[in-house]
Amino acid sequence: MSRQVIRVALAGNPNSGKTSVFNSLTGARQHVGNYPGVTVEKKEGSCRHGDVDIHIVDLPGTYSLTAYTLDEVVARNHIISERPDVVINILDASNLERNLYLTTQLMELDVPLVLALNMSDVAQARGIEFDLATLSGLLGAPIMPTIGHRGQGMTELLDATIAVAGGERGHHVEIHYGREIEEEIGKIEGMLDRRDVAVDQCETRWLATKLLEHDKEIRDRIDDPKIDAAIDKSIAHLQRIYGDPPEIVIADRRYGFISGACQEAVRATVEARHTMSDRIDAVVTNRVLAIPLFLALMYLAFHLTFALGEAPMGWLELFFSWLGDTIASWWPKGVESPLKSLLVDGIVGGVGGVLIFLPNILLLFLAIAVLEDSGYMARAAFIMDRLMHKIGLHGKSFIPMLIGFGCSVPAIMATRTLEDRKDRLTTIMVTPLMSCGARLPIYALIIPAFFPAAWRAPMLWGIYLLGIILAVVLAKLLRKTVFKGADTPFVMELPPWRMPTLKGVLIHMWERGWLYLRKAGTIILGASFILWALTSYPKPTAYTSDYDGATTQAREDYLAAVHSLNAVLGLPEKSDLLSGAVRAELIAEAEQGRYWESEPGFAAAEREKAGAISLLIRQPSGEALKSFLDTRDAMGAALAEFETALADGDIEADSIAHLALAHRRDEILAALKETHARAYAAAVQYFDNAHAPFIRTMMEIDQSRHAEDMAGTVAGRIGHAIEPALRPMGFDWRIGTALIGATAAKEIFVAQLGVVYAVGGEREALRARLREDYNPLIGFCIMVFCLITAPCVATIAVTKQETNSWKWALFQLTLLTATAYVVTVVLYQAGLLLRIGVG
Amino acid sequence: MVPLSKVSDGKKVQLVSVHGGRGLVARLAAMGMIPGVELEVIRGSTHGPVVVAVKQSRLALGRGMAHKVMVK
Repeated sequence: MSRQVIRVALAGNPNSGKTSVFNSLTGARQHVGNYPGVTVEKKEGSCRHGDVDIHIVDLPGTYSLTAYTLDEVVARNHIISERPDVVINILDASNLERNLYLTTQLMELDVPLVLALNMSDVAQARGIEFDLATLSGLLGAPIMPTIGHRGQGMTELLDATIAVAGGERGHHVEIHYGREIEEEIGKIEGMLDRRDVAVDQCETRWLATKLLEHDKEIRDRIDDPKIDAAIDKSIAHLQRIYGDPPEIVIADRRYGFISGACQEAVRATVEARHTMSDRIDAVVTNRVLAIPLFLALMYLAFHLTFALGEAPMGWLELFFSWLGDTIASWWPKGVESPLKSLLVDGIVGGVGGVLIFLPNILLLFLAIAVLEDSGYMARAAFIMDRLMHKIGLHGKSFIPMLIGFGCSVPAIMATRTLEDRKDRLTTIMVTPLMSCGARLPIYALIIPAFFPAAWRAPMLWGIYLLGIILAVVLAKLLRKTVFKGADTPFVMELPPWRMPTLKGVLIHMWERGWLYLRKAGTIILGASFILWALTSYPKPTAYTSDYDGATTQAREDYLAAVHSLNAVLGLPEKSDLLSGAVRAELIAEAEQGRYWESEPGFAAAEREKAGAISLLIRQPSGEALKSFLDTRDAMGAALAEFETALADGDIEADSIAHLALAHRRDEILAALKETHARAYAAAVQYFDNAHAPFIRTMMEIDQSRHAEDMAGTVAGRIGHAIEPALRPMGFDWRIGTALIGATAAKEIFVAQLGVVYAVGGEREALRARLREDYNPLIGFCIMVFCLITAPCVATIAVTKQETNSWKWALFQLTLLTATAYVVTVVLYQAGLLLRIGVG
Repeated sequence: MVPLSKVSDGKKVQLVSVHGGRGLVARLAAMGMIPGVELEVIRGSTHGPVVVAVKQSRLALGRGMAHKVMVK
C-alpha cells in the first residue's frame, strides 16, 4: 500500500557523496534554511517517484550520532522528533567500515532504514566486491548500489524507500555489547520505563546506551537524581571492569560487529595499499613542496580571476553606461527630475557599480570550487593549520578567508565548518579584512588618480597584503583577550582526490555567487535608494552667492577679452565682429544644452550660429574674422587631439610616446603660425586670456553652487558635522559624505564620491577633481580606511545571523571601524611628518 | 608504547590509547581510531601535522595531537 507523501531523511558521513545523491534526487527542487534556533543549514527538497511525493531532508554529514558536535545533535534530533518515514543512509563504498559506524547507531535508533552503497564505481575500480544480499541481512536493511554523481541507482533506491515506507522493513538487528554492558543497559532501561517525557519518543535501549556513553544532551534531559546516581554507578562499575570508559568499549563492540559483517560480505580482490590519492598527497603535503605549491596555486587562482574577468567587466561597464544614458534620454535634456536622478545616479550608479564586479567574483568562486571539489582544500587547511595556529586561528579558517576575497557574505557563512565557537568568532571578526570585491572600484578609482603606472600593481598588492597582515595581528589580539580559549584539536578527514565535474563546480560557484547577487539586488538597491534621498535633499532655497549674476559677469568678461583681440587682428577698435561671433557661439551652446544631439533643436541651434557667423564674415574686414576662427579651431583641435591621445593611451609624461605626440602637435601649430601669423597670435591670446579664464570661472561657479547644494542635504550636513573627526586622517566633508554612503555597501563609495563632486559616472573627471583637492598620501589613506572599516550592512547582517546575536555583529562593526580610524590617523600623521606623498 | 609523533613515514602501528578529553576520544573513535586498530603513517612529523591511514580513510591530525596518540 503506497502513501501519497512520504518524508525521508538522508544521513551519512561527510564526503560520502550524500550531497550528490540529494542533488540527483531533488534536482532544482531544493531550498536551504536553518534548523530552528541553530545556525546549522537545513537542506530540503522533493521529488516524485511514480505516484508518490517524496519530501527529503539532507541531514548534516556526521560520523556518528553522539552529542559532541552541533551537527550530530541536530541530525539525531531531527530523526527522533520529526520521525521521518524512512532514513536513507548513504555509505561510501570505498570506505565502508568507517561509514557503517553511523549505520550501527541508526540501527540502534530502530528507524526504518534503507542503505545506499554510494561511490560503488570507486569501490569497483579498487577491486572491492560486495555480497549485497548477505550484507543486507546482517544489517537488517535493504541495500542499493548507487553512483550519486552520475545519478545512477536512484530509481532502485526510491523503489526500496517507498517499499520500506509502506511497511516492508528489514528485521531489527541488535548489536550485543558484551554481558556486563548489556546488564547495565538492562538496569537503566528498567528505571527509564517509569519516566514518561523523554522516553516516549525513543527506544529505551537506545537511551540507556547513550546514557552509559555519557551523552551530555540526553543526560541533561533526565532530571531524576536516582537515575543520575544509577548511571554514574554503572559507568564507574564498567570502567573498573574494562579499564576503559564504557563509551570506548561500546565503540569497540560496534566496530567489532562491523568488522564481522564485512568479513562475511566484502571482499577486496586487489591489495590496493598505496592508491593514486596517497601518491598525490606525498607531493602536495611534502614538507618542502607544500607551501610553495600552495602559494603558486593561490597566485594562479587570483591571477586568473583578474585576467579573465577584465573583459566581461568591460562589457558590463559599457552596458551600465549605456543603460544610464538611455534612461536619462527619456527626459528632455537638462531637466532636473527626481525620478531621473534616482534611476540614473542612484540605482544604475549604485547597483551597476556592484554588478560590474560579478565576473571577478564568480571566477574566484569558480577557482575555489575547483580546489574544493578536487579535495585540495582539505590539504590546504591541513598545510595552513600550523601557520594559522600561530596566529590563533584554525587551519579550516583559511577557507572562509579565501572566500572573503570575493565577498564577505558567503565567507562568513562558510565559517560553519569551524566547530569551536571561539575559533569561529575570531574568524568571523577578521574575515572582512580580506579585501573583498566591493573595494576594488575604490582602488580602481584612486590608484590611477594618484600613482604612476609602474606603481599601480604593487600598490594594489600592497593594500591586499596590508589587509592580511592586519587580520593576523587582530586575530592574535582577539585570541589573547576577548576570545581567549583552549587550543582545539585539529582532526580532519582527507577525502580522496577527485576529478571535479563541470556540473559540480558550476553549482558550487553559483551557490556562493548567488549570495553576492542577492545582496546586490536587495540591500544595495535599498541602500542606493536611501542614499540618493540623503544626498539630494533637502535642496537649498536660496544661495549665499549670486551664482546667476556671477555667470552673467563671467560671460561679459569673456566677451570683453575677446573684444580686446581686435587690435591683434588689425580690426578697428570698436569692431563687433569678434565679440559678435563669440556671442553667437555662446547662444548656440546655451540653446544646444536643452536638446539631445538627435533632436531637431540641436541642429537648429547649430544652423543659427553658422548663419549668424557667416553674416558677420560678409561684413567689411570679415576675412580677418574667418581667418581667426579657422586658425583658432585648428589650434583647438590639435590641442584636444593631443590630450585625448594621452588619456586614451594612458601615456606617461617624459615617455617616448608623449614626446612623439607633443612633436606632432607642435608641427601642426608651427604650420598654422607660418600661414596665418596674425590669426595665430590672436588665437594664442584668445586661449590664454579669454577662453581659459572663462572656463575656470564657470567651473568655480558650478562647483561652489554644487557644494552649497550638497552641504544642505542630509548626507552633506552629516559630512560637515563629522569633518573635525576626519581631519586627523586628512579627509574632508566630501569624503565624509561619500563614506556615509559606503556604510551601506562599499561599492557605493565611488558612486557617492561622483555625486558629491557632481561628475556623475565620469571616472577620469572624478580623478582630476581628486588630484586637485587631495594628494597621494590622502588617496592612500582613503584606501586604507575603506579596507579596514566595517564593510557593508550585508556583512553585519550575516554576522548577526551566523552568531545568533546582535552583540557580536555590533562588536565587529565597532572593532573594525575603530581600528580603521586609528590606523589611518597614524598613517596620515606619519606621512605628514615624514613628508611622504604630500606632493 | 610511543606517541604517534615519534613514528616515521610508512610505518604501521597499532593504536593503544588517546590522551585527551572525552570529546576528542569519542570523535576519533567515530572516525575509526579505536584501541587496537592498525594505523599507517602516511606523513609523519615530530611537531607538526600528521597524516595517517585508518583502514580506507585518511585522517589529518594537527597541532601536536600526534603527541597524544599512543601507539605500539
